Amino acid sequence: MALKGNLRDFSVTQLFNLINLAKKTGTLTIERSSEVARVNFREGKLAYAQLSSEDNSLPAILQRSKKISHNQYQVIQSRAANMTDKELGLLLINAGYITQADILNSLQQYLISVVRRLFTWVDGFFHFDASLPPPDDRIPIRIDLENLIIEGSRQIREWEQLQEEIPSLEMSLKFADRPDANMRKLNLSVEEWRVVKFINPKNTIKQIAEATKMNDLEIRRVVFSLLQAGVVELTRPTDMPVVGIINRITTPQEREAQVSLVNRLINRIRVA
Amino acid sequence: MQNVKIVVTGPFNAGKTEFIRSISEIEVVSTERKISTGEEMRLKETTTVAMDFGRISVDDDLVLYLFGTPGQKRFDFMWEILSEGMLGFIVLIDSTRPETYREARGILQTFKIYAPTPYVLAANKQDCEDAWSVEDIRLALRLDPKIKLLPCVATNKESVKNVLLELLYEILGEMEKSSE
Repeated sequence: MALKGNLRDFSVTQLFNLINLAKKTGTLTIERSSEVARVNFREGKLAYAQLSSEDNSLPAILQRSKKISHNQYQVIQSRAANMTDKELGLLLINAGYITQADILNSLQQYLISVVRRLFTWVDGFFHFDASLPPPDDRIPIRIDLENLIIEGSRQIREWEQLQEEIPSLEMSLKFADRPDANMRKLNLSVEEWRVVKFINPKNTIKQIAEATKMNDLEIRRVVFSLLQAGVVELTRPTDMPVVGIINRITTPQEREAQVSLVNRLINRIRVA
Repeated sequence: MQNVKIVVTGPFNAGKTEFIRSISEIEVVSTERKISTGEEMRLKETTTVAMDFGRISVDDDLVLYLFGTPGQKRFDFMWEILSEGMLGFIVLIDSTRPETYREARGILQTFKIYAPTPYVLAANKQDCEDAWSVEDIRLALRLDPKIKLLPCVATNKESVKNVLLELLYEILGEMEKSSE
């Protein structure tokens, strides 16, 4: 039976758990908006993972883990463009640039970082193809899934809590009305500063997320920390239509009628 | 005949059905069903799956309806429908279950989005030994001092009356502000 669906109904953690328990071999492909992730498994263990949006060649991975410099990366890219990762890895080891352990550790760190990012995906179509093996030109490794699944489960709980705190991204943010607050003294992270730049009742949280290229989880995390610190408050977007009865009052006569109505309700409840 | 609506909302088991039952002049039209999940079953046997519905006739021309929303998150699609055209809303909080405070905050934010009408919060079950004090709940919910958070015992009619009256005073205040 085809293993396919949407992450809204079956999370990445649940998928990993299933693949781990069934000791599956194959490739899990997840697609969302403009990004595609491919995660390869061998007998229920993580073998490889890549995101379409970033360079996942061996030189790029080694440079990210600071095993080679930017200059070395550029030289390798230009001179060894036609080599597979396996060939290139052997060449670098034989030339004494790096060790086998360096390559395996860097790959492991990278694959885990890809999976951690996948845990933040809460929407996207997935399908698992048991006939698709890990790419031939890459260096496959074997990583047990159990610890990653535990980490993913924690993230799901965090996601649920953040959804309770910030139920809708259609709300806006405004700076809290605290005369004693001094923004300069705040020790904000880079992500928080990026969001702070866009705080204005005209911008919904969703629009801020788009402008800062954050996904739902990332923007909720930042907004939650700003809310907790008392820096911002949730507010209605300025252009949202209003539906309450009071907001429909347009003339003094209507207002008088509504005031009379509320007074009648008050008198009735007093004697209830 | 004019009908007006006040919505009573809050997390699961906060006491919404009881609140409406205490003040309604008719037997509350309740759509309660046996609870199916284990966690919820430990707290009570039945829950509201669509809405509770109570009525207070003011005179021949005016009737106040009280609508209670289902508490669980999976019924949140109902909230938008219920909040349409309401006079105001009450968020009921179970003072004895701090694990539901975050959800109560989320419900408050959701209703504020659906309908920018006046509201008050009521800290229910204040007669229980393990109830948090109103002041502590205010801090836990990070409520602005201007927002009314009232002590409440939903089984006590006078207490329910007090919460409804405070909401109506809030509505009057908003009307005065909107005319300025």
